[in-house]
Amino acid sequence: MFELIGVPPQALFGQLLLGLINGAFYALLSLGLAVIFGLMNVINFTHGAQYMMGAFSAWMLLSYFGIPYWGALILAPIMVGLFGVLIERLFISRLYHLDHLYGLLLTFGLALIVEGLFRREYGISGLPYANPIPGGTNLGFMFLPWYRGWVVVFSLTVCLATWFVIEKTQLGAYLRAATERPDLVQAFGINVPRMITLTYGFGVGLAALAGVLAAPIYSVNPVMGANLIIVVFAVVVIGGMGSIMGSIITGFGLGVIEGLTKVFYPEASNTVIFIIMAVVLMLRPQGLFGTPK
Amino acid sequence: MRVFAGLVLLGALAPLIVYPVFLMKVLCFALFASAFNLLIGYVGLLSFGHAMFFGFAAYVAGHLAKVGTVSLPYGLPFLGWKWLVIAIPPLTPELAILGGTLVAALLGLIVGAVAIRRQGIYFAMVTLALAQMVFFLCVQAKFTGGEDGIQAIPRRPLLGVVDVGNDLKFYYVVLAIFCAGFLIIYRTIHSPFGQVLKAIRENEARAISLGYAVSRFKLIAFVISAALAGLAGATKAMVFQLASLTDVTWQMSGEVVLMTLVGGMGTVFGPAVGAAIIIYMQNYLAGFGEWVLVIQGAIFVVAVLVFRRGIVGELLALLRQRGAKAEATQETIGLAKPAR
Repeated sequence: MFELIGVPPQALFGQLLLGLINGAFYALLSLGLAVIFGLMNVINFTHGAQYMMGAFSAWMLLSYFGIPYWGALILAPIMVGLFGVLIERLFISRLYHLDHLYGLLLTFGLALIVEGLFRREYGISGLPYANPIPGGTNLGFMFLPWYRGWVVVFSLTVCLATWFVIEKTQLGAYLRAATERPDLVQAFGINVPRMITLTYGFGVGLAALAGVLAAPIYSVNPVMGANLIIVVFAVVVIGGMGSIMGSIITGFGLGVIEGLTKVFYPEASNTVIFIIMAVVLMLRPQGLFGTPK
Repeated sequence: MRVFAGLVLLGALAPLIVYPVFLMKVLCFALFASAFNLLIGYVGLLSFGHAMFFGFAAYVAGHLAKVGTVSLPYGLPFLGWKWLVIAIPPLTPELAILGGTLVAALLGLIVGAVAIRRQGIYFAMVTLALAQMVFFLCVQAKFTGGEDGIQAIPRRPLLGVVDVGNDLKFYYVVLAIFCAGFLIIYRTIHSPFGQVLKAIRENEARAISLGYAVSRFKLIAFVISAALAGLAGATKAMVFQLASLTDVTWQMSGEVVLMTLVGGMGTVFGPAVGAAIIIYMQNYLAGFGEWVLVIQGAIFVVAVLVFRRGIVGELLALLRQRGAKAEATQETIGLAKPAR
């Protein structure tokens, strides 16, 4: 069969795995964006910079404190999440009464500041981060590195756990209620501003977690978030910001499609997600999983 | 109008004091920011990818001026590209700039048709993503020269007769182009068409209920804005005789947003003032490397938190408070509040 497609199975499944990994990052990041946008109506342009901060935190924890990958997996999201809480309290909370676009502009400015400071300190060339589970296994039709398999499984678990918390638990119910009628929910005695702050911190923590996962695969450099965030925006537009499961499915799906495009038509691999976005906008403007207005 | 005439006079005399190339850069970016402001200030659409029109027109103008021959691809990807070759000699600056502007208008039509389907935040994200797609196309296309860009773009005699090799002489050409573009924006804003745009910004549902074909108005405004951004980009390519990838990056889109925000969204002269300030600051801080990014980000944050009306906006508000002319009081400044 593979002779018919004209592509060796190692190449096909190798790119498919890479596509799954990219999809895992798209899913984690678009999930964070969707959670933040759903509750706060703010597009967090700083998401890419926070993803980068997560990777750098892992690197710094290793270089300055000797804390290995598994510790960084827990500590880095908490550290960057606290930073997120700080900027929410100081800056973003002042804009809720205004047009949502100001939130986009503010977070864009914050992203520039963060990226500029890191570039100043570490330059643009990447810093290496050691692979915590080296080696892999030969499955016959492809070679599966342990770490990449771990990334896919772990991100899928985190995405599904987030979906479960938001859709099936009481805390998630409070969150969804606060999205629709924050004033009523606050009248019931639930501290909505604090919930908003913690939600933003959680979304930022998700981005940082993706950064820690990415550190051993892509080298840790200050510009790693910048181009990724724009692709994630396209993913979010395609999925529609309505549903959590929609973001997860769209993220993984688009990663796989991008991987397949790299096999069959490499020139378009950079732009295929944007082309899909244009097509989805023409046919179904609210996104694949969004609710029609 | 008197203000405008005064500014034109100032512009004509400015090269006596300030370096002409710097002034030309300011004029190009002022036109770019004013074109962007047409969308955000008067229609309420934040286009976060305006650099695609600016940079792509620069590439087209540069290509027309340097090589001339246009090769258009057609056919399907899997069946192989075929090329339609239109042989033209390298063009004079005004024709090259015109070509760049027309291509930018066409690109604006295509992008606008897709992007207009969403509003607000989604519109910003869609334009950003489409601009990134144009960026990747520019990286891969042959005529753009990839990472090198199009260099050493010749500056032939204007209209075939007037020699503009001297930067000072070309400055007056650029000043004329800026005035033309600015007048187009001014006439668009202060016209029945412009009033409908403002109505759409304030309450789109009501404009629809009054019978206006809102999507068509938005698309036309988008195409005008894209064409003028292209005019600015094509002119910039002729000024610096270089068209490169930095002109199509999302950082460039962010810069024009910053210029308009700092100068005053929704004001007539705000974006030009903002462009002048930001270009001057970039020039002044050029030696500081990465700090320019940090400072631009900091200005963004400060402007959004406390300085939303921008410099010209604050000035107009001050004049309004003192009971100024009726003209000033009728300009609504800033982004429209969402109808709750």
